[in-house]
Amino acid sequence: MKNPYRTQNIAFFFLFLATLLIVVPVGLIVVIIIQKGLPAISWQFLSDIPRQGMRAGGIFPAIVGTVYLVTGAIIFALPIGLLAAIYLSEYSKDNLLTRLIKLAIVNLAGVPSVVYGLFGLALFVVFFKFGASIISGSLTLGIMILPVIITTSREALESVPYSFREVSLSLGASKWQTIRHIVLPNAIPGILTGTILGLGRAAGETAPILFTVAAFYLPRLPASIFDQAMALPYHLYVISTQVPNVDEKIRYGTAFVLLALVLIMNLVAIVIRYKFRKRKKW
Amino acid sequence: MVRFEIHDLNIWFGSAHAIRHVNMEIQSNEILSVIGPANSGKTTFLRTLNRLNELNTNYKMTGAVELEREDIRGIEIEELRRKIGMVFALPLPLPLSIFDNVAYGVRIHGERGKKILEEKVEETLRQAYLWEEVKDRLSESAFKLSGGQQQRLCIARTLAVGPEVILFDEPCSGLDPISTAKVEDAMVKLKDNFTIVLVTNNVKQAARVGDKTAFFLNGELVELDKADRIFTAPRDKRTDGYIRGKFG
Repeated sequence: MKNPYRTQNIAFFFLFLATLLIVVPVGLIVVIIIQKGLPAISWQFLSDIPRQGMRAGGIFPAIVGTVYLVTGAIIFALPIGLLAAIYLSEYSKDNLLTRLIKLAIVNLAGVPSVVYGLFGLALFVVFFKFGASIISGSLTLGIMILPVIITTSREALESVPYSFREVSLSLGASKWQTIRHIVLPNAIPGILTGTILGLGRAAGETAPILFTVAAFYLPRLPASIFDQAMALPYHLYVISTQVPNVDEKIRYGTAFVLLALVLIMNLVAIVIRYKFRKRKKW
Repeated sequence: MVRFEIHDLNIWFGSAHAIRHVNMEIQSNEILSVIGPANSGKTTFLRTLNRLNELNTNYKMTGAVELEREDIRGIEIEELRRKIGMVFALPLPLPLSIFDNVAYGVRIHGERGKKILEEKVEETLRQAYLWEEVKDRLSESAFKLSGGQQQRLCIARTLAVGPEVILFDEPCSGLDPISTAKVEDAMVKLKDNFTIVLVTNNVKQAARVGDKTAFFLNGELVELDKADRIFTAPRDKRTDGYIRGKFG
């Protein structure tokens, strides 16, 4: 005889187990990185240039490079992504062009990151003659995170209740005034979520920056956006595989800094999002 | 004075023929109540007057609606909607404070002066019989108000942009009897200065506040007459059946 209560308990057990399994890898990554990387962290490690063939000294140029690249990618991708999202959610009609654009976005999201790297090399580095530079790398990363930003922003815009738009229009507001004063302010938390996701991806990717910006070793800070730069993920790859006899501490220390950088950026966005959520009134 | 003239109005949503050959006039400074069973085209008719139907992609219209002898399709849509305010079936405050809700439309139409905005907000909240209840909490979220208060806030918000006509789309459908009475009071007072079109599911409400009553059935205007007459001696037996509660 089947016992429905027991079946339920078994089901709950497996649901719980599956959920727990998500936590385990995240927890392990964080614990291992902290355990092995934290001892390397010192003021010198954060503020000095790499020394002795990157076996000592610090990782400051790589930190600065990553911050530049992420900032550049967002400056490029957020306005374009947001404007495209507004067009798609508020203005576009369901026709061939719109379907083509949506298909392009889906496919853009599916392109492997190393292909972005090669594309960036061909277009920005060679064709536009930017060379291997921060601007080439930022633009390549920007294109990579565009689909994330467009998709999440569009969802955020579309989640604003339709009735608000009707009310605003019925008061004689134009479509743009309605978007500007009613839809956008209420979609900001969701748009920020997309930006967070984009930031994290841009900071962590190695392949797109490999051919477009990343310097193997640069003992100084980049002088302009047309200069090469070191970047944390590529630096991590270099000291883990290309340079022999690098202390494990330094490798995990670099990973720790990269992880912390992404988490801090996320935290800032989450705080902003929380502030907006508190203002949300429906 | 004739405010609206409607000539052979037909409306389709896709293949559904929602309004069929409607001809009528709407006089200013009176309340026209529109009654009829669900799906009879009342709300569609109302949303034709401020061209809100046009938000639907598969909407099609023939015939003409004239506001003071001018085809409404020839009037700038923002200007038309400023002249023709609307109060929706559910209280729909914007996610703003009480003050900003009322001031929203005024600001949209270019008014920035703090003093003028404050005067306008007070004046219209008084007209909507809400001022005394909210005057000390204007900066609070509009969502903290009760349903009835929210609906009167929506009326004030509509009044604030200075309309000539106000369309009410079942404004009391979600309200308790006391809130309903307050909203009805506000409507009756407003007809001195405005033309009011009230769509309602509540036949008794139509009898209470309406000067004239239009009965819609399956997209057709069956009968339009003085409210007293419709509710005492309707000419069409379908009207008679509906107001006696035989169907709908």
